[in-house]
Amino acid sequence: MEGKTIAAIATAMSPGGISIVRISGEEAVLIIDRIFRSPKGKKRLSQVESHTIHYGFIYDGEELIDEVMVAVMRAPRSYTMEDTVEINCHGGILITKKILEVVLKYGAVPAEPGEFTKKAFLNGRIDLSKAEAVIDLINAKNEFAMKSSMGQLRGSVSNKINSLRDSILDSIAFIEAALDDPEHISIEGYGDELLKKVDEMIVEMEQMEERADNGKILVEGIKTVILGKPNAGKSSLLNRLAREERAIVTHIAGTTRDTLEEQIRIGGVSFKMIDTAGIRETEDVVEQIGVSKAKVLAKEADLILYVVDSSVDLDDNDKEIIELIKNKRAIILLNKLDLEQKVKKEDINKYYEGLHILEISAKEGIGVEALEQTLMELFFKEEVTFNDEVYITNIRQKNALNQALESLKMVKNSIENEMPEDFFTIDLMNAYSQLGYIVGEEIEEDLVNRIFEKFCMGK
Amino acid sequence: MAVLEEQYDVVVVGAGHAGCEAALACARLGLETIVFTVSIESIALMPCNPNIGGSSKGHLVKEIDALGGEMGKNIDKTFIQSKMLNKSKGPAVHSLRAQADKDEYSKSMRRVLENTDNLTIRQGEVAEILTEVDTVNNVTKVIGVKTYSGAIYHCQAVVLATGTYLKARCIYGEVSNETGPNGLQAANHLTESLKSLGIEMYRFKTGTPARVDKRSIDFSKMEEQKGDDVVVPFSFTTDPKSVQKDQISCWLTYTNEKTHEIIRENLHRSPLFSGMIEGTGPRYCPSIEDKVVKFAERERHQVFIEPEGIETNEMYIGGMSSSLPEDVQYAMYKTVPGLENLKITRNAYAIEYDCINARQLKNTLEFKHISGLYSGGQFNGSSGYEEAAAQGLIAGINAALHILGKEELVLDRSEAYIGVLIDDLVTKENHEPYRMMTSRAEYRLILRQDNADLRLTEKGYNVGLISEERYRRLQQKKELIQKEVKRMENTNIGASKEVQQLLEENSSTILKTGTTLAELIRRPELSYELLAPIDKERQGLIESGQLPTDEMLLNEVIEQVNINLKYDGYIKRQLKQVEQFKKLENKKLDIDFDYTKVHSLRIEAVQKLTEYKPSSIGQASRISGVSPADISVLLIHLEQERRKA
Repeated sequence: MEGKTIAAIATAMSPGGISIVRISGEEAVLIIDRIFRSPKGKKRLSQVESHTIHYGFIYDGEELIDEVMVAVMRAPRSYTMEDTVEINCHGGILITKKILEVVLKYGAVPAEPGEFTKKAFLNGRIDLSKAEAVIDLINAKNEFAMKSSMGQLRGSVSNKINSLRDSILDSIAFIEAALDDPEHISIEGYGDELLKKVDEMIVEMEQMEERADNGKILVEGIKTVILGKPNAGKSSLLNRLAREERAIVTHIAGTTRDTLEEQIRIGGVSFKMIDTAGIRETEDVVEQIGVSKAKVLAKEADLILYVVDSSVDLDDNDKEIIELIKNKRAIILLNKLDLEQKVKKEDINKYYEGLHILEISAKEGIGVEALEQTLMELFFKEEVTFNDEVYITNIRQKNALNQALESLKMVKNSIENEMPEDFFTIDLMNAYSQLGYIVGEEIEEDLVNRIFEKFCMGK
Repeated sequence: MAVLEEQYDVVVVGAGHAGCEAALACARLGLETIVFTVSIESIALMPCNPNIGGSSKGHLVKEIDALGGEMGKNIDKTFIQSKMLNKSKGPAVHSLRAQADKDEYSKSMRRVLENTDNLTIRQGEVAEILTEVDTVNNVTKVIGVKTYSGAIYHCQAVVLATGTYLKARCIYGEVSNETGPNGLQAANHLTESLKSLGIEMYRFKTGTPARVDKRSIDFSKMEEQKGDDVVVPFSFTTDPKSVQKDQISCWLTYTNEKTHEIIRENLHRSPLFSGMIEGTGPRYCPSIEDKVVKFAERERHQVFIEPEGIETNEMYIGGMSSSLPEDVQYAMYKTVPGLENLKITRNAYAIEYDCINARQLKNTLEFKHISGLYSGGQFNGSSGYEEAAAQGLIAGINAALHILGKEELVLDRSEAYIGVLIDDLVTKENHEPYRMMTSRAEYRLILRQDNADLRLTEKGYNVGLISEERYRRLQQKKELIQKEVKRMENTNIGASKEVQQLLEENSSTILKTGTTLAELIRRPELSYELLAPIDKERQGLIESGQLPTDEMLLNEVIEQVNINLKYDGYIKRQLKQVEQFKKLENKKLDIDFDYTKVHSLRIEAVQKLTEYKPSSIGQASRISGVSPADISVLLIHLEQERRKA
């Protein structure tokens, strides 16, 4: 726990300005040595004086990542009172993220929520009087991380991870059952079968990892929820922004019954767009579920796009929505500009004093560019921001995926080296628990339960 | 009315596998000890399977032996067949199992008890635990026990090892007897006394198959299962030469569709299905009716026919425990090839008994809220002779250390299977009799059966259960292993003709460049022994006495050198994990710690921690319902307290 070297992005994730990747722990300097090159290539940061700053480049092997300034602070003269390295990067969010990933690849582990502060306290850096504040911070961050880690996963991803875990657990259970009761269960020749299975899993996980690099598996970005009455044109808007037919669009009110999400990039900024079921009083049970889900999402959103059908008068449903978005960052879109307009900006202003009200036609594509412009401006003025914790949670998840993959490669290695079967389960178990971390599951008694469930054991 | 009153240091309740180890440990440490049993004939009785050891259980026996316990020595004296299981697998899962002559096992253990100084065996039923409140420290402490006949035995510590005898009930079909195993008298009075002390009780269940007359079995229809050609003893003190003897075979046969049909047709007559049995049974040794229901797709199940001893004709029907009625038992057993004409000598039955919720115990096996009261064995919710003996030994040792005012003995999860066993019992929700399994040990590459002495004998010596001579031999062995491993790593081997030839003879790839002996040993097909011809120094070392001439010691050293080199990478990785594990384990928590005072600990965590009273942060982290964030909060709180102090 305290022995490990941790790393995280220490600054708020905003597009402009400098961001800092901080590494703390015994191996901090060793790790930076592995990835830092000075302009002349001679300087070793493990040799430099404490509290000095150095210009150079971060490399992942032979691949140049970014031009950086690196500050080296030796224990105990640092925030955590451990050896600490801070990499100042200038390349924006994506590069900062990449640098953190390189740091993790070369030996650090992702910091848990509030972990730097925890170390600082445990190492005596922070005053006793602040202890409770430290605890609160850790609690708050953890709570958020827990909530968001599940919310961050696409259903298809968590399904895939769960099925991988299930398959891994089956293999472990089989081997362990046979070790436990060799006279009832035989695993002669299981190595070959397992190798095939592990190979397939490695391919699958490598693909997942690749997709993770493209930001497709762990959805991140500004959580943007599209709200509106049924048939206001929410799905059309999503399709328009995504430039593809993601949502089914009909003229029948209530077509979108569940939520649908899409990651969209506008001018280099990532948005996680969530289309919701139209909000209205309804007798339809399925639709009701959709509606209440939409309301929950609205509460958690970083930003709301409220789509108003401007061709019909405002009604109670609209008023309910306006109530929902009152204290939230929101853009109001008067849609269906192509039809006769019954709702004007002034009508909205009677109930709501928001700044951003735009007129669009999602169907015809009118006003969409202006909307994109507004979205970007909001971001660059930092009126809406990434939530750091969401972001860091993603890195942790990705790291766990990577660790799981490494463990499976070790299994493969053990099989190929003709190690006895009991060695396979050590790394299989690691892979299992790392994947569990991604979907937020602890291991507890899984294995013993699976053994008894699948195998008939004993006297 | 005048009552008998006597004074002892320790009272052990029960003389099964746990009670024997506890009593021996206390007496050997110089304490006046009395061990109670409902029947002196039932000392170290094996009322179920006729064997000791097996996967992970064999490890427990080796560990008991390494600490100075008796089980390993006793089975070495009384086994009739021995097998090393998983021999083709890695060294961590090699597991020794021996068939015992049950009667001899029991008698032999009784002889040891009877000939141990400071130890008194007493037939009788303990009905009450006597306590008083120590007003100085405000703790409840044990002061003695009272028997059913009213006699009082004053003492400073009590070890409860009542096995399956508390309010025991044996059941098959519609028949229910209020007896302990094998028709022995149950202990019906102690439970009430324990409850009145605030001890939370569970009711568990287990079962055993029928015994049959050997003369009624047709072995020609079964497969013979022989013992190993070369027998390995359990005890590190037993000379391997002394255990090479004629062995008795076991026999393998199978159930079939007909068997399953009879069982299915009569399920409604099973006391389990009718609700007559309320206790929770173990999943790892299901009755044959459980197997047939749960694994309905299986066409057959293995049945092992095992001798109960040399002098008896009784055979044990392994794999077919049952609580079906007598007539159904006959019918189903008779469908099994070779058992067509069988004669049952004892019925299969299920047994229900009272035991405790073990999370009331510390890792020393002392009750958290009653000073001087210890417990071990099936009473703690475990199952198996070996699990029982291991706990009995630890409970006995700690009871003795407590009286002697010495530091307690706690083994953690990285030190021994015994540590895993006890930690699981006291920190996890346990809803069935707990059985040891190798998959429960996180660091099993380190917890091998072959190195139990290297791990634990020094601890046994410090406690006082290991002789000076045995300890010196251990030190010598450790030193030799270290030296030889180093020598292998430092001895360079060139690609000479002799070397290449040796490699070819052993189907090993020939050398392109020089290497070391250690590197060659790492190849699966090679070993320390095979490399003798090219290890030029070796003969000289033996002649000069730097390598032992004692064959037993030399073989032990060679075994360790091979394992340490071959699995070096894996072992180092686990050692690293152990290092991390130890950090949290070494952060101690006071068991009376008031968790409600910790700011912003979640309510669920406060409840769980208050209920379990963990002894370290590490243990707290293993309690279900305590999250990593809770652990962070606790760490910060501890640091806060430390600084205030």
